[in-house]
Amino acid sequence: MTIGLGHYLTVAAILFTTGIFGIFLNRKNVIIILMSVELMLLAVNINLVAFSSFLGDLTGQVFAMFVLTVAAAEAAIGLAILVVYFRNRGTIEVDDINLMKG
Amino acid sequence: MIIQALAFYVFAAVAVASGVMVVTSRNPVHSVLFLILAFFNAAGLFVLLGAEFLAMTLVIVYVGAVAVLFLFVVMMLDINFVALRQGFMRYLGIGAAIGLVLLAELLLVVGSWAFAPKARQMADSPIKAPDEITNAAALGRIIYTDHIYLFQASGLVLLVAMVGAIVLTLRDRAGVRRQRVGDQIARRREDVIEIRKLPANGVNSGGAGE
Repeated sequence: MTIGLGHYLTVAAILFTTGIFGIFLNRKNVIIILMSVELMLLAVNINLVAFSSFLGDLTGQVFAMFVLTVAAAEAAIGLAILVVYFRNRGTIEVDDINLMKG
Repeated sequence: MIIQALAFYVFAAVAVASGVMVVTSRNPVHSVLFLILAFFNAAGLFVLLGAEFLAMTLVIVYVGAVAVLFLFVVMMLDINFVALRQGFMRYLGIGAAIGLVLLAELLLVVGSWAFAPKARQMADSPIKAPDEITNAAALGRIIYTDHIYLFQASGLVLLVAMVGAIVLTLRDRAGVRRQRVGDQIARRREDVIEIRKLPANGVNSGGAGE
């Protein structure tokens, strides 16, 4: 009944897969795609903290903190771009975002 | 030990379930609320792992800032979410296939690895016993010494993100009259007031013609 590293890694793997699945499922809605990316980053954080705890090395937690910082910055910038895009085009459908013909 | 295992299973199950609800729920507001629930349960997992500082940071940063930002944007934009769900089922098959393959690969990795024998001795900054030093104090000791440049760089990342978000969303509307303090201060009495001599007999006829 003891909880090992494998348990935490399994939870993180399932959460990461859920994030990937969410990106495919909500291909048109940028907001849900951003939320799925946040879920994936959360899974990565769980991995980092679990390894840090079971290896007895604090550096993993420092890494997780930096990932948290970058995730917060990414969410702010992503939502700002979303607001500007909605103001200009009146929609947030991913399929319509083709101005740059990429 | 039993209580710890029980807590782990509860936190993990709720986190995974709310993660699934984030990507499948019909209403984006519900998605954001389930995202908050997922973050709370992940914070619980962090506490179980002995990373209290990160758990509190997760609650403050994600629940307090990022989730509120998402909620704000979802409620502010007038989006037809029903139209956005067209083709929801079209990608279900390929999404599930890719997800299952990835999950199988990840679980294979999880099931078949082992620590190197010397991995524990190679720890860069070993975790001390909790009664010796708290998690937050230990993190602070290495963040402000060993990782000071990375720490400053992450502060810079946040600054750039803040400036970028403001620059992106700030707009100049045409036809809006604003107070211009500089112009007001730069006004001189000589520029705006003109003293004219008027003829003594006709005040009404004096200025009317100009």
